[in-house]
Amino acid sequence: MEHIVIIGNGIAGVSAARHIRKNSDKKITIVSTETEYFFSRTALMYVYMGHMKFEHTQPYENWFWKKNSIDLVKGFVTTVDHKNKKLTLREGGELGYDKLIIATGSKPNKFGWPGQDLKGVQGLYHRQDLEKLEANAPNNKVCKRAVIVGGGLIGIELAEMLVTRNIPVTFLVRETSFWNGVLPKGESALINEHILEHHIDLRLATNLVEIISDENGRAKAVTTDKGDTIECNVVGLTAGVSPNIDFLKDSGIELGRGVKVNRFLETNIPDVYAIGDCAEQHEAIGNRRPIEAVWYTGRMMGETLAQTLCGNRRSYNPGHWFNSAKFLDIEYQTYGWVFSERGMKDYEQHFHWRHATEKICITVSFDKNTKKFLGINTFGIRMRHAIFDRWLTEERGVDHVMEYLKDANFDPEFYAVYEQEILAQYNAEFGTSIVPKKKSWKRIFERV
Amino acid sequence: MSTYDNNMSLTGEPPKALNTGQKLATLLGMAGLGILVLNLFNLSFPNSGLWLTISLVAIFAGIVWFSQAAYGHKSKGIKNDGVWFKSMSSRGVLAWIAGIALTGFYVVLYFYPQYLGLVKDGDNTGVIALFDPLSKLLSGNPASQWFVYGALYTVAILAFGIKFIWKYRHNTYEKIRTISVMFFQTAFAFIIPEIMARLNGDLPYYDLKNMWPLNYYNFERYRINSFVDGGDIGLAMLIFGVLSIFVISPILTFKFGKRWYCSWVCGCGGLAETAGDSFRQLSDKSKFAWKVERWVVHSVVVFVTLMTTAVIYSYLGNDTSKYWLTKSTFLIGVGSILTLVFAWVMIYKRQELQKDAKYGAIGYFVIIAALIGMHVFSGDGNIFVFKSETLRKSYSFLIGSIFSGVIGTGFYPILGNRVWCRFGCPMAAILGFQQRMFSKFRITTNGGQCISCGNCSTYCEMGIDVRAYAQKGENIVRSSCVGCGICSAVCPRGVLKLENGPLEGRINPTEVLLGNDVDLMELVNKK
Ligand SMILES: Cc1cc2nc3c(=O)[nH]c(=O)nc-3n(C[C@H](O)[C@H](O)[C@H](O)COP(=O)(O)OP(=O)(O)OC[C@H]3O[C@@H](n4cnc5c(N)ncnc54)[C@H](O)[C@@H]3O)c2cc1C
Ligand code: SF4
Ligand code: SF4
Repeated sequence: MEHIVIIGNGIAGVSAARHIRKNSDKKITIVSTETEYFFSRTALMYVYMGHMKFEHTQPYENWFWKKNSIDLVKGFVTTVDHKNKKLTLREGGELGYDKLIIATGSKPNKFGWPGQDLKGVQGLYHRQDLEKLEANAPNNKVCKRAVIVGGGLIGIELAEMLVTRNIPVTFLVRETSFWNGVLPKGESALINEHILEHHIDLRLATNLVEIISDENGRAKAVTTDKGDTIECNVVGLTAGVSPNIDFLKDSGIELGRGVKVNRFLETNIPDVYAIGDCAEQHEAIGNRRPIEAVWYTGRMMGETLAQTLCGNRRSYNPGHWFNSAKFLDIEYQTYGWVFSERGMKDYEQHFHWRHATEKICITVSFDKNTKKFLGINTFGIRMRHAIFDRWLTEERGVDHVMEYLKDANFDPEFYAVYEQEILAQYNAEFGTSIVPKKKSWKRIFERV
Repeated sequence: MSTYDNNMSLTGEPPKALNTGQKLATLLGMAGLGILVLNLFNLSFPNSGLWLTISLVAIFAGIVWFSQAAYGHKSKGIKNDGVWFKSMSSRGVLAWIAGIALTGFYVVLYFYPQYLGLVKDGDNTGVIALFDPLSKLLSGNPASQWFVYGALYTVAILAFGIKFIWKYRHNTYEKIRTISVMFFQTAFAFIIPEIMARLNGDLPYYDLKNMWPLNYYNFERYRINSFVDGGDIGLAMLIFGVLSIFVISPILTFKFGKRWYCSWVCGCGGLAETAGDSFRQLSDKSKFAWKVERWVVHSVVVFVTLMTTAVIYSYLGNDTSKYWLTKSTFLIGVGSILTLVFAWVMIYKRQELQKDAKYGAIGYFVIIAALIGMHVFSGDGNIFVFKSETLRKSYSFLIGSIFSGVIGTGFYPILGNRVWCRFGCPMAAILGFQQRMFSKFRITTNGGQCISCGNCSTYCEMGIDVRAYAQKGENIVRSSCVGCGICSAVCPRGVLKLENGPLEGRINPTEVLLGNDVDLMELVNKK
């Protein structure tokens, strides 16, 4: 029986294992060092905030793995010997494989800041980081202030976490406005305001210079390029992540920033594959990045590779881009491509609507020449994935999207709706006279 | 609710302390409760009307003030910070104390009302006497233990309802739903029956929104008699009672799912959603619990059906010339209705039933066999060897009191707020069956947006592992879902939407979710 070994029990590795099991009775072993069982990394914040216990972040009950004969090994792989098809474990012992899937995920970036390895300085990625945070910042007596460096999705999550324990937070963001390398300026501004509403000391266009140690090797302050010194007990480094592949350095597997793979998720070595956060496409797919460090793509790569390994060779061919996040109290969803001013294509034009008082807004992006709909960002309004996916596939025009916007609304029942207002502004800006169509179940559930 | 420090698995001191406002509010509420307790020990107060008012107002105001102190200063949004750190909401010491106190209260209420001050012939004493003025004001009669219970129950739903609305003030669905349960409790369960009793003393106490089998006693002889004696109104009430289970509830459940009842109207649901909201995360999500749930709740349905049939059977006659409905016509009628339902499900809805078909069949045949048995072996008032009265008594003791009261509510802080609704309520089981088989209601999963975080499953009071469906891109169509909408509210990625849509495509098992290329989705889903 063919033995498939997967390194990493994150969403990518586990999706691959589940789908291989569905389609075959191959022997499957997952080796992973962080935790015994698969858990949802995206939920780490909720454990610190007391919304959930750690066990709630585990999507499958513990009996699941045995029942589906997926063997779990807790251990850290130190070397891959692809000539003899063998792995060495730090805990001792070797493990042979017929096919190897590398799904080792990411690790937090450190940019060589002075003091970055002091006590009290940490990232937020692994379960161990959560435990560290619990020790470093249990309450606002032990941690009188925390400084977070890096204004991305993980940074704002860390800020939200600390605020629930009434720990004052200073948030250093390199950009001139929060996450404006990704978000258009109207949205980025809205999030800036929301961060301040939560009493987080947001410092835009500010870089970390140095982390200063006390006499015990603990962080006691940071200095910034604005010349400020900020006293603190915890420094959170959240300036992005990069593939967790140091153990592969001398393995002969081709590496770039991540493990280099082709569209079939194959590495340069036969029978060795890479998926999830640690995989790097030779060439980016469409507007995507070569390394896609998000949950969904890890899952999709796992599903695709499972097909290949079960005799049905498929290329990784993701559909339309989508993503979502939550900034404190504001939910964010995106479908298709809406670029920030910094990354905007020359043919791209935006329509932006913002609610007069509430923190709700949308940005629709379209081709200024053909009026083809390109994508949408929404803040504080939920949208129906299936509908936008269909419109993108059908290459609908932006006017069509506007006209049928009600079909796409996914907010809970009885919520206030804004299509009328949105459309009024759209009509005024573009000289159109579109009347919104009533929501239609028939259209929504139409099969395409 | 104090700053009691029960150590968590992780080190440190997470957010669980009460602020000053919350502490003072707790004090006020406890003072109100204290007045009741003092009365319990027969420290009778001279002016009971005044003291009752003071007590109820203090309890009510304490709860409302507590909510204001807890949520007032925070921006609107999900308020689950520290839920698993607080002793009260994470099965800590406080939760056990509260659980034991509540359980004790129910035991006394159901079995030893004399300790609350109930006096059969003569003036009440103790707490019950304290409530006499209010009861006399409404119905003209002195209070009973049930009146005291009803009044406190209503205060709890109203005050904690306000707390719930404050907590979910960003969510219109939750706000409207809660106003609805507050209304139905106050008007239908509390005030209207009392006033009806005042207007027409012959009518049985009837909470119109309560239907069989929740009010399993509705078709007992004494009630039927008083309905009939109650003239046109009585008859109308009887007809309404029959219609509500056979016509009204199926139609509403078809259109809206069982939530129209369980989380918009029902009193048990009302208490669970308001006073019980802090305990929803305690429900057991394991597959094992789901299995137990299906066995237990469906056994209760079988039990209540047999019991009711036996009770009605026992007082019907054999002579068609006296009354058209005789013992045998009645049994044949019950058998036919069940057979029709069973045949319809087996022919048209087998797929929805899947593995449960077997259990459904077992339940059906048990009932039919029992009906035949009743006919063949029973003498007057006997079913096999049991007296129908014994059956009724054991049902009312085991299910009506122990399960729904003592365990169902008393154990809120330990087992979660919907134990009764999930494991015990035959009404929920019947509505759930309709919901699964024949309803427009579902929770739609939003394509591929789920990040498997687990908030939905954690906060599902019915112990449904919502995430298991959401992460596969599957809609949630579960008989036990009461449509509280909390899974949708707490989801940080906007994945879940409760909605009533077309029947086609309601149940949508998919293997690969949206976001993958279309080919792969087709390929995998074909299998
Ligand atoms: C706080 C936080 C919030 C996030 N929120 C979102 C979100 O909302 N939406 C979203 O799309 N994405 C989010 N992400 C990103 C998302 O979690 C990742 O993209 C995803 O978890 C990557 O999955 P993976 O399977 O590739 O790797 P991982 O989940 O990182 O799993 C890899 C596993 O392999 C183990 N491992 C590594 N090296 C070895 C070795 N040599 N031997 C043995 N085991 C090894 C690691 O310990 C790890 O357990 C978030 C990430 C974080 C940290
Ligand atoms: S599935 Fe959702 S709506 Fe249904 S009972 Fe559970 S939390 Fe409530
Ligand atoms: S809460 Fe939402 S994102 Fe989290 S597991 Fe449930 S459906 Fe998925």
